Amino acid sequence: MEHMSFLVAVVIITALAFDFTNGFHDTANAMATSIATGALKPKVAVAISGVLNLAGAFLSVAVAKTISGGLVDEKAGIQPAVVFAALIGAIIWNLVTWLRGIPSSSSHALYGGLIGATLVAVGMHGVHFDVVVTKILIPAAASPVVAGVAAWGATKIAYRMTAKGSESVNTKGFKAGQIASASLVSLAHGTNDAQKTMGVITLTLVTAGAIAPGSNPPTWVIVSSGLAIALGTYLGGWRIIRTLGRGIAEIEAPQGFAAQTASATVILTSSHMGFGLSTTQVCSGGIMGAGKGGRTGQVNWSTARRMAYAWCLTLPAAALLGGGGALLVDRGAVGEVALALVGVGASLWIYLLSRRQRVDAGNVVEASTVGEPTPLTPVPAATGPIAA
Amino acid sequence: MKIDWAALGNTFGVSLLITLGVVTAFCLGVSALSRREAAAVGGAASVARGTALAVAVVSFTACAAAVGYGLYLIAGA
Repeated sequence: MEHMSFLVAVVIITALAFDFTNGFHDTANAMATSIATGALKPKVAVAISGVLNLAGAFLSVAVAKTISGGLVDEKAGIQPAVVFAALIGAIIWNLVTWLRGIPSSSSHALYGGLIGATLVAVGMHGVHFDVVVTKILIPAAASPVVAGVAAWGATKIAYRMTAKGSESVNTKGFKAGQIASASLVSLAHGTNDAQKTMGVITLTLVTAGAIAPGSNPPTWVIVSSGLAIALGTYLGGWRIIRTLGRGIAEIEAPQGFAAQTASATVILTSSHMGFGLSTTQVCSGGIMGAGKGGRTGQVNWSTARRMAYAWCLTLPAAALLGGGGALLVDRGAVGEVALALVGVGASLWIYLLSRRQRVDAGNVVEASTVGEPTPLTPVPAATGPIAA
Repeated sequence: MKIDWAALGNTFGVSLLITLGVVTAFCLGVSALSRREAAAVGGAASVARGTALAVAVVSFTACAAAVGYGLYLIAGA
């Protein structure tokens, strides 16, 4: 560690910052439906999710050891500066989508940033495009559909089987089930996503020569990654929670239970099969399926469509941002400083924009009183320029 | 580029089956609890209540086992 250059330290801090945005971007995946149905109070939900994300981070380092998953060719000359550019790109895209309340994939943002930065820095041969297609694009297209179909079927079963039962017992039971399945999603999320940051930091340390190639992530890396994602989760991406919990469909306890159970199952099965997957997309698919299978069968397809657009955009947009960053850091120290300033400036600006119309624990379920599904964007016209 | 359709199909099928299985077991448990409540209110024989409780316990245990296997997969993956 004594060999750590200033740049490496900056990259590590940036990686933890990404981890933090990853946490609050994805709180919604596990907890949006539980908050929407009132199974958990908003603050309690994010606290549980935060703790479980932290716990999840300690469960395994298998993903961290194959961070890029063969995505980029680590031997092609990836420098810490390139990783830095990738991370800044991923962070900015995560913040933009959060501001718009869109549940997009944090993992895709990270992958996109890495791909773009690598393309610019070392060229086409640095990226394994076949791996990109088979391990990322195809699962990304398939997993929400699988989760949606499973959640739809599960919702039908849940309503049919409990139709004769007492309303109070049903509600109590399904709320408990929601909490259990949402907790499992949180845990799986911590294991998967915190490890991506661990992997990035480890990769950086290896490229900087601070630790030997093939090493396990050092303990301080595991602890700090776990803490960053847990903190982000606890602070809660309320905008996205509102979109997922209220914007797609009116969710009742049996639907929430069905959606989270389907999501947890799909996440665990596909990571077991070695598919990189987006927790966000799986959970969104599950919620759509549960909405379709519910009493009214109503799904707000315009919200769903905009979400799907954002999913398609995430990889290329983050790649563009990462690539732009790589162009900057190519200029040497001046470029690195400039990129750091851009990253901090953009984050600050987005944060200030978000303050214009706050969404927090207090008003996250407010839309329920209106009865109408909320339109997707909590912040209308104000954010026009950055969404372009 | 080789797309492993079999693995994709497997993932789809297994996910669907497990989800539906767990939800069915859970709903069996919940509706058993409903029956138990109804039996208690209606003053039915304690055998009916006992059976309902037993069904509920078995169902929820099955769900818990599925969750346990999930945890095992997370830690072991």
